[in-house]
Amino acid sequence: MLSTAANSRSPIIRTEIKELPAVQKPEAPKNVRVAAKDFSFWYGSRQALRKISMDIYARNVTAIIGPSGCGKSTFLRSLNRMNDMIAGVRMEGEILLDGQNIISPDIDVVALRRNVGMVFQQPNPFPKSIFDNIAYGLRINKMIKNRADGEMSVQEALQHAAIWDEVKDRLHKSALSMSGGEQQRLCIARALAVRPQILLMDEPASALDPISTSKIEELIFRLKKDYTIVIVTHNMQQAARVSDHTAFFLQGELVEFGPTVQIFTNPRDKRTEDYITGRFG
Amino acid sequence: MGTSTRMAVDRCLRLLTALAAVCIIGILAIILGIICHNGWEKLSWTFLTAAPSEGMTGGGVFPAIFGTAALVFIMTIFVAPAGVFVAIYFSEYADRSSWFYIISRQAVNNLAGVPSIVFGLFGLGFFVQFVGRGVDRAFYSGELHYGQPAIIWAALTMAVLTLPVVIVSVEEALQAVPRGYREASHALGSTKSQAIFRVVLPHAMPGVLTGSILAIGRAAGEVAPILFVGAAYYLPRIPGKFNDQFMHLGYHVFILSTQSPDVDATKPILYSTVFVLLALTFILNALAVFIRARMRMAQRSA
Repeated sequence: MLSTAANSRSPIIRTEIKELPAVQKPEAPKNVRVAAKDFSFWYGSRQALRKISMDIYARNVTAIIGPSGCGKSTFLRSLNRMNDMIAGVRMEGEILLDGQNIISPDIDVVALRRNVGMVFQQPNPFPKSIFDNIAYGLRINKMIKNRADGEMSVQEALQHAAIWDEVKDRLHKSALSMSGGEQQRLCIARALAVRPQILLMDEPASALDPISTSKIEELIFRLKKDYTIVIVTHNMQQAARVSDHTAFFLQGELVEFGPTVQIFTNPRDKRTEDYITGRFG
Repeated sequence: MGTSTRMAVDRCLRLLTALAAVCIIGILAIILGIICHNGWEKLSWTFLTAAPSEGMTGGGVFPAIFGTAALVFIMTIFVAPAGVFVAIYFSEYADRSSWFYIISRQAVNNLAGVPSIVFGLFGLGFFVQFVGRGVDRAFYSGELHYGQPAIIWAALTMAVLTLPVVIVSVEEALQAVPRGYREASHALGSTKSQAIFRVVLPHAMPGVLTGSILAIGRAAGEVAPILFVGAAYYLPRIPGKFNDQFMHLGYHVFILSTQSPDVDATKPILYSTVFVLLALTFILNALAVFIRARMRMAQRSA
């Protein structure tokens, strides 16, 4: 099922992109990677998501925007079943990942999470060395055959997250000695190391300064060549800058979903327009 | 009430509470002062390394020091893993609304409140008579080897007594591990046990050690539980087997102060023994603080 697009990539870094293009052209419809169908979600008796149906396209950045409490993070965390860690949650409907319903109770969530990586709002490197942070996921998934192989994979992941040059001389220093922005890019590298197909990002830059934020955005732009990325953000400029498609959530409902350019220049729903023009939220 | 009256009440209360704190310091100072003053003169290298002699009016306390150390060492081997496992269950696995969790939680709380003499009787009834006799019947055709008071049974009794201490401190340490670490591990495709043993537990290690050392400190000072299960009145040699009896500092203090034929001759030795016991407990507590601080520092920088 979850095929090997990213596994077959070469270890060489892609071409540097110095400047982001001002406006991204809406691209032609691509393969649907993830499809939510009438997906509803409850925390105990409180319903957090109501019948969400939307498609997430392969090798595309999909942004989910909306005010606090609109259910955007809940939706994101449903894509790798991270919500399972909370007691008393209930789900209905379907989320198809490459045709397989990941909401079904008999899905192997451990394998699912390996394929659907996640980066969190607060940078959360383990209190281990930079090297061990990256190697952790490789070790638990038995992806390291020998020492040289492990070092190679760690280097590859760090290069992929464009942080190798900054950390190559201090791989065995504590990850907690890094700045917040570096820590977050380390967390991205850590997620990439286990070679997921999809990368979920939950407000990845909201705890960071503007320079670190732009580095993260640049990285997201570069990564979408190889990964399907879903990013939750409350920062609309960020959504406009990095994403190809945007979904607007409000009070647990999907109000509008479409190409980012359309959502931001010509929203069809009045509520979307009110939100992006800053009338509320 | 006018403002000045209220201010006066305020000052009085402040004074009163400070006075209460002074009392605590005072009591501790008196205890330590008397023990140090009287215990110091008899204290010597010989006292620490020799066995009691001349009907407990001479010699040293080495068998008691060794017995205490051996007791807490064996106890730790049992109590640390058991406590860690219960704490992991409580903190990571248990459904907090399930009846099993509620019952086992109450069991731990009640275990902590059982008077220590009751543990002694439990140890005698369960470990010595039931388990010990059972071992003798099964392996020694009824010959008396383990069905009698012995250091192994004393250590197990102490382990049961100190189990709540370990569980509570390990659980606190587990709860203090940031949720982000668990989430990060799960998001990378780890199983729950991988997350616990590779991320959560290593991070909680200072708490595990603190818990163990607190348990050791508690066990080193407890006398009642071992009265019936292995502590000996007088043994000139040190225990060499698990089913030997042993001397214990706390029990030795009890014996010296109640069973001595010559109270005046025993007194200096009694003070010195108490001094050794106190010093041992303080050293263990200081060690706990030191290890915890070191591990916290190491975690921040590595």
